[in-house]
Amino acid sequence: MRSATPWSDVISYLVEATGETLYMVGVSTVIATVLGVPVGVWLQLTAKGGLRPNTAVHRVLGFVTDLGRSMPFIVLLVALTSVTRLIVGGSIGSTAVIVPLAVGAIPFVGRLVQNILSEVHVTVVEAAITTGASTLKIVRSVLIRESLPALINAIGVTVIALIGYSAMAGVIGGGGLGDLAIREGYQRFNDRVLWSTVAWLAVLTTVIQLGFTRAARAADRRRHASV
Amino acid sequence: MITVENLTKSFQGVNALNGVTLDVESGTVLGVVGPSGAGKSTLARCVALLERPDSGAIRVDGTDITSLDGSALRAARRQIGVVPQGDSLLRQRTAAGNVALPLESAGVPGPQRRTRVGELLDLVGLTDKATAYPDQLSGGQRQRIAVARALAANPSVLLADEPTSALDPETTGSVLTVLDRARAELGVTVLVVTHDMGVVRKICDDVAVLEQGRVVEHGKVLDLVGNAGSRTSSALLPAVDLNPINESAYDRVADVVLVGFAAVGALLPEAAHRFGVELNIVGGGLTRLGETPVARFRLGLNGERSDSALEWIGEAGGAVQRSLKGPQGVAA
Ligand SMILES: Nc1ncnc2c1ncn2[C@@H]1O[C@H](COP(=O)(O)OP(=O)(O)OP(=O)(O)O)[C@@H](O)[C@H]1O
Ligand SMILES: [Mg+2]
Repeated sequence: MRSATPWSDVISYLVEATGETLYMVGVSTVIATVLGVPVGVWLQLTAKGGLRPNTAVHRVLGFVTDLGRSMPFIVLLVALTSVTRLIVGGSIGSTAVIVPLAVGAIPFVGRLVQNILSEVHVTVVEAAITTGASTLKIVRSVLIRESLPALINAIGVTVIALIGYSAMAGVIGGGGLGDLAIREGYQRFNDRVLWSTVAWLAVLTTVIQLGFTRAARAADRRRHASV
Repeated sequence: MITVENLTKSFQGVNALNGVTLDVESGTVLGVVGPSGAGKSTLARCVALLERPDSGAIRVDGTDITSLDGSALRAARRQIGVVPQGDSLLRQRTAAGNVALPLESAGVPGPQRRTRVGELLDLVGLTDKATAYPDQLSGGQRQRIAVARALAANPSVLLADEPTSALDPETTGSVLTVLDRARAELGVTVLVVTHDMGVVRKICDDVAVLEQGRVVEHGKVLDLVGNAGSRTSSALLPAVDLNPINESAYDRVADVVLVGFAAVGALLPEAAHRFGVELNIVGGGLTRLGETPVARFRLGLNGERSDSALEWIGEAGGAVQRSLKGPQGVAA
């Protein structure tokens, strides 16, 4: 039994691991949003009653999406090693984790987005169609703009989920808070590091969640407009 | 202006439209009425280019618009302003933003867009609500914004599906006034689908009655009311037989429809005077179709020249619908 890690060390561990987590999660969220939103839009456009109904495309895209979603992240992490090496030039480290995180999150975001877009009322969409708007215009100004608050919340949900997934980053040397808790805290019986990390993760996710809730509310024009 | 020719549309074996033929003259208001399931909304959706008919044509200024695609379809849609049934406004946009949508679709630049939006908000009387969001407007105000939006891109045709359903009578009046102004001030041709004959009474020049996907009656409202058997006359004119009358007190009993100020005001006293008959109004009453006063009276006549008096009323523009007592078939 060694003596407890000094607080100053705990803090520097946390700072470093937080940096790694935010880097991994941040970049993969951006990628998953940039690629996942179009997937969700495409799913909704091709759905029955969508703007460009196409059962075949919808089925195939839906199948691939759900396959991606059902894949355990740890499997994705190791299965994508060669792809990762190709993209980022290595298969170890925080940057390498971004590839499987993004790949895992794209179908997740896609389904969330499709569900949200399908909530826009058909009369509202049809009204826009009758104005002679192009499909692109309707996607942007109606589907996405009308559901922006819900979409922002969905990205928040994705960020939190990715923080969870990124805990497994340690498997390929990605570091981050999850890895800190497991390797330093749990495997070395370092309770101080373990519980500090857990507490810090709770604070971090709460703050992030709160931030997204705020942003979603700010995007919702209905509530804070003057009459 | 718009002609609908032999339009058919079926859904999984249900014939919603069974060869519908209609026309709406430029600058007039046509009301399409009929019982639930008659095919009114299907017709409206075909004209709005939201649904493709199985066969037939819809011509706007002579051009068939049913088989267009791509940018030609979008351009045709801009020619037809649509007020859809139910809530159709973007809830994340202000009233002004909603009215601007068709102008954005048409690529109208910002400054011109703002001017046009201002004009339309003025037309529908909601200038002070420009920055309000739909959730902050009443049902009638939202509907008027929907009308303003439909008119924004200067369409030649305005189509409204049940624009007043779910509105109280007073609010209904404000929405109808706006539709009427659109016709009067912008000269658009209006097609309004409704189950409410009150809408026909207040703003329609023409009416088409749809039943089971067919037009069973179509014409000018003021002509159809003079036609005793028409659905339009029974729906719009005052009832004549509310009170039982003592027929034996009269030589002749007949129903007559009078259209317009002159007829309603002067025709009956003139007839009585000319033919020296006693002429009593024993039933019916006066109503208004748009701006035009219209009366349907049950008349009781006494005097030798009663038949001649009735005949003269018919010749002078009244529609003598039936002789309840005395020789049948005295008609205009
Ligand atoms: N999308 C659809 N799929 C299947 N059947 C439909 C569809 N749209 C309309 N119908 C059928 O077509 C017929 C006409 O419907 P439509 O909605 O045009 O009637 P309507 O005159 O507007 O009636 P209401 O006054 O109740 O609105 C009905 O029998 C209806 O069930
Ligand atoms: Mg209907």
